[in-house]
Amino acid sequence: MALRDALRSVAGWLEARTGLAEGLAPAVTHPVPRRTASWWYVFGSATLALFMLQIATGICLALVYVPAADQAYDSLRYLNDQAAFGWYLRALHFWGSNAMVLVMTLHMLQVFLWGAYKFPRELTWIVGVFLFLGTLGMAFTGQILRWDQDAYWGLGIGASIAARAPVVGSAIVHVMLGGPIIAGRTLSRFFAVHVFLIPGLLIALIGLHLWLVLRLGVNEWPMPGRVVDRETYRKRYEDDVHRDGVPFFPVAARKDMVGMGVVVLVVLACAAVFGPNGPHGVPDPTITDASPRPDFYFLSLFALLALLPPWTETVILLVGMPLAIALLLALPLIAGTGEKSWRRRPVAVLGVVLILLTVTTLATLGVLSPWSPVMDAGTALATPVAYVQGRTPLELQGALVIQNKQCRNCHSLGGEGGSRGPALDGVATRLTRDQLVRQVLQGGGNMPAYGKNLAPAEVNALVAFLETLRPARQPPVGAPAPPRAAARRD
Amino acid sequence: MPPSRRGFLFRLGLGLSAVAAALAGIPIIGFIFGPVRRHPGQAWIKLGPVATFPEGQTRLAIYDNPFRVAWDGPTGKIACWVRRIGAERFQVFAINCAHLGCPVRWFPQSRLFMCPCHGGVYYEDGSRASGPPPRGLFEYEYEIREHQLWVRGGQLPTLAGPV
Repeated sequence: MALRDALRSVAGWLEARTGLAEGLAPAVTHPVPRRTASWWYVFGSATLALFMLQIATGICLALVYVPAADQAYDSLRYLNDQAAFGWYLRALHFWGSNAMVLVMTLHMLQVFLWGAYKFPRELTWIVGVFLFLGTLGMAFTGQILRWDQDAYWGLGIGASIAARAPVVGSAIVHVMLGGPIIAGRTLSRFFAVHVFLIPGLLIALIGLHLWLVLRLGVNEWPMPGRVVDRETYRKRYEDDVHRDGVPFFPVAARKDMVGMGVVVLVVLACAAVFGPNGPHGVPDPTITDASPRPDFYFLSLFALLALLPPWTETVILLVGMPLAIALLLALPLIAGTGEKSWRRRPVAVLGVVLILLTVTTLATLGVLSPWSPVMDAGTALATPVAYVQGRTPLELQGALVIQNKQCRNCHSLGGEGGSRGPALDGVATRLTRDQLVRQVLQGGGNMPAYGKNLAPAEVNALVAFLETLRPARQPPVGAPAPPRAAARRD
Repeated sequence: MPPSRRGFLFRLGLGLSAVAAALAGIPIIGFIFGPVRRHPGQAWIKLGPVATFPEGQTRLAIYDNPFRVAWDGPTGKIACWVRRIGAERFQVFAINCAHLGCPVRWFPQSRLFMCPCHGGVYYEDGSRASGPPPRGLFEYEYEIREHQLWVRGGQLPTLAGPV
């Protein structure tokens, strides 16, 4: 009891001087619409909890990390292998960043579907879009601080995209890299941006975002038919909240606190189970067997850049992306009134479904990267035994050509190999002998021409082998089954 | 007259602060955008004796970035592909794919360069064979001086500034 009295008197002493409790009480206990004390409303505070976790773990990492190109990699290895809890803090920071992007996206989707961006909360949404962009900026710069091969070539990709800007492209690249090429000055720049610039902006914007939430009130649960009107909205909201509101603390805050606890616990668990990410390989650009891949937040963009028709790429990067961001920012100004309920906004719901499907499909493709050649297929993959059994010497020579000329970097055989080009199993049922020769020599349909790289005898052998690639008893295309081949296959 | 004197002081304060902010901004902006200002981005670099590149072959060559700083570490080294066509005829390609800058790899058997990122493929002469690259590989300017192969380079080749 003595301890409690002592604490109470300390609190009283502080309150008498700061007046903080008195000043903050109205904000903490302000009334919110009863139905908004809902599990759907916890994503914003959960994002904030993750941001605080990122700050705490980020400061810890900065205690050891050396933002110099010659030592960054070693300091990350030191964090992983030697510093007490170093591996776990790196893991927390990595999984925390993944979770932050994810939970923030959920928050954004919820706000969009609940119509919370409409009058008078337009600015809250706009600030939120900047918070989202800033978080993606943190994700990209953070991935660079991992100063490994993915970071090095990720910078190359970023610079190559920036370079497509007309007139100022080269200047942007130089400012971004801190010089003419990716090197020591580049890492220092990205460190400053990741640790000072964007976090400072984020903290300021979060302050503004929260201020706006307090000032304008938590968005009420949307009801079909309750249309937002600039003249009547504020008064109706005030009336509703005073008639049937609950204090934010503790009624709504209870669920927020559970949400915050759950996301942080999930991050703690993921970090413990899966550990830190990388660093993968020294950032030495003379190591040519690198296969760079971005972290998951940019996988969909990575996939898009492989799948777009080449001539549309620059337009989509330089016009499409800024336009998409502008559209996000302008959304509350374009559609600031009217129905809030998703039940009456089919286009909005369809849009969300479409965007989610597109992004997840692209990200999945980004993981699989079917467009990337399997760079070691020529040495790592054996020709399936079934495809060499009973073949003539000439056909076997052709199988060797397939192996030696790295055909399987792009074409699979027996399910192994690249998927840039079509699988070669059964190719004889699709192309005639003449078509095969033409395709090999002249290429086309996204295949390089091998005319200069293959001797006539090699082409002959290769095509002879390809002609045997068809299911038993199925004749090659365009010709009745030659009796000899049919007999052998049976 | 006191009001005008106060007004003057207010305007003076505002003006002085604006001037101070503008003056402070000059070195800050200049520093941030310094890399744009008159950086050559190119220098002649010695790749090594011509004899180390056999005729008819394409080999990896490594050089030190001419604009390197002491703390560049492994990133101070740059690689390029050297193709020797004849006694004095060369082609030197940047390792960066013309699509988005990933490192292309040379496959001597199929005589192709392939990119691991988005599947760009180039012929041995650097011209585009397939995939998303909008052009062939970036090529260095080269010279042979006293049996040594020299190239002109030093900046990240992109569509805005080839080698």
